[in-house]
Order: sequence, then structure tokens, then C-alpha cells
Amino acid sequence: MRPIYSNHKEKLSKLISGELSLIDNVSYFLKNIEKNNHLNTFNFVFEKEVLKQAEIIQDKIKNGTNGKLAGMVIGIKDVLSIKDKPTTCSSNTLKNFNAIYTATAVQKLIDEDAIIIGKTNCDEFAMGSSNENSAFGTVLNPNDNTRVAGGSSGGSAAAVSAGLCDAALGTDTGGSIRQPASFCGVYGLKPTYGRVSRYGLTAFASSFDSIGPFANSVNDLSIILEVISGKDEKDSTSADEPVTEYIKFDKKFEKIKIGVPKEYFGEGLDTEIETSIKNKINELREKEFEFVDITLPHTQYTIAAYYILTTAEASSNLARYDGTRFGHRTKEYRSLIDMYEKTRSEGFGKEVKRRIMLGTYVLSAGYYDAYYRKAQKVRRLIKDDFDKVFEKVDLILTPTTPTTAFLIGAKIDDPLTMYLNDIYTTSANLAGIPGINIPIGKDKNGLPIGMQLLANQFEEEKLLSTAQLINNII
Amino acid sequence: MYKEYEAIIGLEVHAQLSTETKAFCSCSTKFGKTPNSNVCPVCLGHPGVLPVLNEKVVEYSALMGLATNCNINEYSVFARKNYFYPDLPKGYQISQYKEPICSDGFLEITTANNEKKRIRIERIHIEEDAGKSIHDSGSETLVDLNRCGVPLIEIVSKPDIKSPEEASLYLQKIRQIVRYLGICDGNMEEGSLRCDANVSVRKIGEKILGTKTEIKNMNSFKNIERAINFEIERQIDLLEDGKQIDQQTLLWNADLNKSESMRSKEEADDYRYFPEPDLFPVIVDEAWIEKIKTQMPELANARCERFINQYNIPEYDARILTNEKSLADYFESGTNFTNDFKSLSNWVMVEVLGIINNEKISIKDFPISSENLTQLINFINNGTISGKIAKEVFSEMLTDNKTAEQIISEKNISQISDVSELKEIISNIFNDYPKQVKEYIDGKEKLIGFFVGKIMQQTQGKANPKLLNEILKNKLSSLKNN
Ligand SMILES: [Zn+2]
Repeated sequence: MRPIYSNHKEKLSKLISGELSLIDNVSYFLKNIEKNNHLNTFNFVFEKEVLKQAEIIQDKIKNGTNGKLAGMVIGIKDVLSIKDKPTTCSSNTLKNFNAIYTATAVQKLIDEDAIIIGKTNCDEFAMGSSNENSAFGTVLNPNDNTRVAGGSSGGSAAAVSAGLCDAALGTDTGGSIRQPASFCGVYGLKPTYGRVSRYGLTAFASSFDSIGPFANSVNDLSIILEVISGKDEKDSTSADEPVTEYIKFDKKFEKIKIGVPKEYFGEGLDTEIETSIKNKINELREKEFEFVDITLPHTQYTIAAYYILTTAEASSNLARYDGTRFGHRTKEYRSLIDMYEKTRSEGFGKEVKRRIMLGTYVLSAGYYDAYYRKAQKVRRLIKDDFDKVFEKVDLILTPTTPTTAFLIGAKIDDPLTMYLNDIYTTSANLAGIPGINIPIGKDKNGLPIGMQLLANQFEEEKLLSTAQLINNII
Repeated sequence: MYKEYEAIIGLEVHAQLSTETKAFCSCSTKFGKTPNSNVCPVCLGHPGVLPVLNEKVVEYSALMGLATNCNINEYSVFARKNYFYPDLPKGYQISQYKEPICSDGFLEITTANNEKKRIRIERIHIEEDAGKSIHDSGSETLVDLNRCGVPLIEIVSKPDIKSPEEASLYLQKIRQIVRYLGICDGNMEEGSLRCDANVSVRKIGEKILGTKTEIKNMNSFKNIERAINFEIERQIDLLEDGKQIDQQTLLWNADLNKSESMRSKEEADDYRYFPEPDLFPVIVDEAWIEKIKTQMPELANARCERFINQYNIPEYDARILTNEKSLADYFESGTNFTNDFKSLSNWVMVEVLGIINNEKISIKDFPISSENLTQLINFINNGTISGKIAKEVFSEMLTDNKTAEQIISEKNISQISDVSELKEIISNIFNDYPKQVKEYIDGKEKLIGFFVGKIMQQTQGKANPKLLNEILKNKLSSLKNN
């Protein structure tokens, strides 16, 4: 039976009243996952444990000792560690690797009685915009199985979109939550850098990576964010900022002023998306929103700076997969160097190798200043752009992606076109600010269109409250 | 021909910090545990782990900086040094590169001809140690990661060192300082203090620096002198033969007494340093530095000066006593029990140091407490025993775990210091050897030794020698005058 609730608050009250059985609910999800096996959303499903878990939590709910997320069924992107469970990053190099500890964000979900149903598919080491770079196969878009789900958190987005779980965790390094959320037509939140501990998140680009939720409502994004955020002693870069009960939405903001950057509505933007967003702006203008044109002058440099800095960090972060201690090791080798070369050649996919090579190059002696240092300066300028704009506006509104979900295979051999798919999302990661994808309808092919809302650092409350307001209006 | 050349030497010293836990995780730093027992996901470099800086590491590094007259930089940055090696789980070492914690300091060494020489220190930076590869198990290489992530400081000197002897003195000074500060045990055999040298030579008078080579794997003071000496001569021989010096890294082979090429300049790693994104820069302020200054213990030079003034002992003694903090502590605790500081100093320098050097033990394992040693000295001073007997008592104290007082009373070896008793013994000896008495009176005065010997023989050495001498001389001279 398809769930009869629109968000977790409603689900929990139905679980408390007995109108909904958690065991039935979890069984439904398991069956639906099986039925949608062809979508490739899950790398691993924890069939056995989740039913047992459902019983335990059902009892807790009966006794009134349950946590905030009691009974929420959540998928976890396969780059996040869960003790004694596979953590493959959808890579051959970690195909038989089991994590020996649990990521802080996942542990916080478990502590609040969420049910972890499985590990979701993604691009290898979260590198990609289509979820086609996975050792577990391409994730299909539930809205149209010939199209990609987006990436890198494609499995998480598609699973929520197809009703295979209530919510999912993904990670966003340059749009990896917002872009697949847009392609699949669900809500996806990339929090402020540092808002959520990265401990247990397999690093792609350490100064960009953010963990965030996918869900079918702003409400659910909010409650998950509330649970997973906060300072973590195990992550020095996690922020010591107060964690709000976002779900209350009771903080009243003055008339919200939203900036619309002209650079995000230029060449390359699908006209249907542009029209759709402009229509939304007009609808909202009639309500309590004020819109102003703004400029983010360094936008044209974001993709270049992003790919230099993230690949540089990745080339170092992925050095540990050398076959010495864990993960794949080649069968035959003549020397240590030979072992490294064969192990890494066999273990990594094409896109990962491309980024390791690019990152190694930009950090090399003689090139560091021209690439890495310059890109750091650009990052600073992009951050300054946002700082200036946020002095004048509360939020920024843009399309999430230049196109709706594209056909599988359409861009896989053209990395540059693929990279340009992140053109509206990478800036938030360069600046460390939060962003959300709001589904706003479908194009003529029935493919979801997404709108992105960006806020200043640590202003998730404003971001989510406004997203909820917009949601109520449109 | 060697005389026409001068050597330019810079040292890079790695000191393992003796913090309880590792630099970036909470694993213990204990040495010699079962392989791979002091490890966790963080120091094993598992996917998704993050480093968290142990603040003690910053404190210890700053202490070293202050002790070597460095600037403590209010802003320093961790960087990743990238290279592949089996004992480096993450594929990079967290270090500091362009912005180290300390810079621009110096320390002073005292050279063999008693001249003070200043060696400048370029920088001190924090980094983490790698694990250990063990190659002695058939064809397999095994890796022990207990040491991986143990904090290190690297102390980089300016090329102010001119000879192997100076290099050794500089390193000894560093060892003395880290041990005084209590931030490193300075054990070179166990590798808690390691040293690499950059060496070049040039003809005296030349301004341009010669091509330098780096020597690694010198794990004792003796090896450092030998290795640098070997390298200087090798380079001069090459130049004299009209050959070029290749920039390279050499490994010192202590068994063969020579260095071997490890890698050439072309094979050198490109470490691709970049700022460590998982750690924020270390920011310290003036108040923090002031607080660290209050933790600064008295160092060897200051203590030496104080010993000279407070205990009125020669500079030579004070220098030896304060060379090792533990020895200075031993001496100083002894000063609570005697006022004869010079005797105490002599006993510590000669007898105590003699034994710990011979048996290669630490003063902490020396069986006689400084209080008990002082008691023994006091027994000499109050005439209970002679210096000669005292040495025998000392030997017994070493093995029997008894106090001087116990040994003296058990063996009944306290001195005969009673004047009338001594006079009687002397009279008896004179009666036994009238011939010798006559010879003495006739002018053969060196016979006094004969009498002393006989008396000591008879009293089993217990006659107070000073008193005996006095009385004997008096008696003989009165015989002579009569
Ligand atoms: Zn550890």
C-alpha cells in the first residue's frame, strides 16, 4: 500500500494513532525497491535488519520513548560509512570493503530512530553529474527510464522520487544533491559548508563536500537537517553554530527580498525552464516577495575554479586507495610501483582517473601558481560576490540546472558539456553557502523542472522557511 | 688538499614529541607495542576519516621555538605532502610548508676550543610520523602503523655548521633542549630523534655555494660525524678529480661505513604541497604565547650558571652536571642533605657518572638515591670512614640496596679516630720495628709510608688516615728532636 502521508510529522502521528503500521510501511518499501530494481537506485538493501528495526521502533512509539525521526525510512548514499556495512562509493576499488565505523550524520539519524533501509547508488566517489559513472550501473530517472537521474547522488534522488523510501542522504560537492533532485523532481538541500559533520563521508573535495537530505517536502528536509547538523569533535571544520528547530517555521522574516542574478539566465539555459521560472517569479511577486536584479560578476569563472580546486583535493584524497591496506589489490605485480599502478588502473573508473590526473597536474611543481593558487583567488572573488549581494538581498533565486534530465549516454563522452551541467550549482560550494532545489513543475516531455534558492552562510532557517512559503503559494 | 676546502652543512632534525596521544587522533603514542595495536580509523586512513589537531602538539612546538629563540608565528598552516609509500596510509603526510609554527631562531654551541658559536634556525614545523615498513619476513613487506600519526617537529637549521664535530654538537644541544623541555625523549636508537644533513663544499674564499647532497639514516652521534666526514671527503675528491657533484639523496650505511645513493635529483618526488583542507590554520595570540612562556622550565645554560653561583662549584663541574636534566636533578636533590657541594659534585661526576656510562643506564635507574650518596659523603667528612673505605661502601651500596650507615655498622668499619687509641697503636708499631725508627731519625723520612702501611694493615684500614698522619709525624719529629 502506497504511503498515505505527505511528510514525517503526519506519518509519525499515524504511527502513534495506529492508523499506520511501521512493519507494513517498511515491507511496502522493500517490495517497491524490488519492483523497481531496474532503476539501480540501491547498491545494498538491508532487508533483514529493517524489519527487525521496524518492530523495535514500533514498540518505542507505543511506549512514547521514540526519537524525532521514529519510523522515517531513509536511504544513505554509498559514500557514507555505516559500521560493518559495505561502503563502496560505487567503485570497484571498494567493492568488497566494509566500513569499520559509522559516519556522524548517519549515527545521528539512527539515534533518532530513523530506519536505514540501504545504501544508494551514486557516481563513483561522487564524481559525475549523471550517475553513469558507477560500478553498480547507471541510475534511471523514475520519470523517464531513458534519461539520467542526475548525479552524483542519483540513487538517493531517484529512490525518493520513486517512493522507495521516505527520504535519503546525499552529498553535494558541486551540485550533487540539487541537480539530481531537480532531474527527479524532489526537494534536495545542500546545507552550509560545516553545518553537518563530514566525519564518515568519503572525501571527494574536502573543502566543498556537504551532506544533505532529499525528501518529498520542505518539512522533512528541515527535520532531517535539524537532526544531522551541529559541531562534531571529529570534524574540525564542522561549525559551532546554533542548530535551529527548522521545522517550526515560526520565525517571521520581514518582506523577503530575492535577488535574481542575470548571469544565471543567459546562453545555454533551456527556454522552457527559463519561462517556467520567470512565471514563478511573477506569481511570487504578486504575494509578499520583492525581486531585484543582481549581478554575480565572477560567475563565468566558477566551473574552471571548481574543477581545478576539487580535482586537486580529490587527487590527494584518493591516494589512499593503493591496495596496501584495504580495498582492491591487483592479483599479480612485480614491484611496489607496479602494484600501485595496476591496482589503481583496475580499481578506478574513467572519470575518477580523469580527475585524479587533472588534480595531480594542477598541484605539480611549476603549475601550482598558475592553476591552484589562481583558482583559490577566484574562489575568494566568488565568495566576495555573494557577500556583497547578501548585504542587499535575503536570498538568491536561479534555475537549478540549464536543462531537464538528459538522455542516458548523451554526454558521457563529452566531459566538458557534462561539467557545464553544474554551472548554476557549483558557486554555492565555492562560497560554502546553502542551497535548495524546489520542484516547480514539468516540461513538455513530463520531466521535472527545478528552481534553486540560495541563502547566506548558516541562514538555512530563512532558506527553508521561504521554500515552505513558496511551496504554499505555487 | 682537504685544508683548502670548507664544508657548508645544514641539519634537519626530527624530534618525536612525547605527547600522550597522536597528532591527529586519540591513539596512544607508546613505543614498542604489538604491531598495529595503537591504531584507529583515523590513523589507518580509512575512507571518510578526518584529522583533529592535538593542542599539546602546538604547545610543545612553541616551547621548542621559545627555547631556540624563534618567533612563534601567530598564523600557521597545515599542508599535505603527497607521496605514495606503504607506511603512509593516507598517501599524504600532514605537515607544515610555507607557514610553519616557528621561524628565525638560533642556538649556541660550545666548540672544542671553548668558543661559543651561534647556529641559526630557519624554521620549526609540525608534522605527523609515518609507520614502519618491516622487510624481514621473507619476500613480504610488513607494515606497522603504531608510529603512524605520532607528532614530530622538524627543526631546520641554516647552513651555519662548518664541520662534522659542529654538527654533532648542534644535535647534542637540540637533544639537551628537548629533554630539558620534556617534549621528546631524545632517543636516537629508537628513532625519537632523527637527523638528515645537507652538505656541500667549496674552496675557501669562494662565494658561490657548491652543489649539495642530502644524507639520511644517521642514527647516532658517532654516525653523524662519520657520515658527514665521509661526504665532505667524497665531494672534495670528486672536485679534485675535476668531476661534478650530483645533487642526490644518500643513505648512510653504518655497517659498511659509507654512504650509498638513494635517489637522484631527477627521481625526487614532487610532493604537490597544498593547504590541508581538513584543518583550519593554527592561530595563536600574544596571551597564549605568554602562557606558554610561563611553562618554560629552566634550561641547561641557566641552570649551569645558577649551579656555579649557588653551589660554588667550578664551571667545568656545573657544565657536566647540567648536561642532562636528570643528572642535574640528582645532584640538586643531594644538595638538600649536605653543605659539601664540591664533594657531592665530585662523587656524582666521577663515581655515579662512571657507573651509568659504563653500564649504559639512565640516572633514573641508578640504585643509590642522592640522599644516600650524601650520607656516605657526610660519613667521610665527619671522620667516620676514610675516602678509601667510602669507595668500598659505595660498591656495596650499589649491589646490596643498603644505606651507608647500615653497611658501616654491620661490617664494623668505622674509622679509628680516637687519638689515644691511635697513639697506642703507633707506640706498639715503633716497638715492633725499632730498626726502621732509627733509620727515620737518621734522616730516611720517606719511611713514614712504611709505618702508615703497617698500621693500616694491623687496623684493616680503619685508622683515620688524616689523623694518623698527623699523630705519626708529631711522634716521629719529637723522637728526632730528642
Ligand atoms: Zn589513531
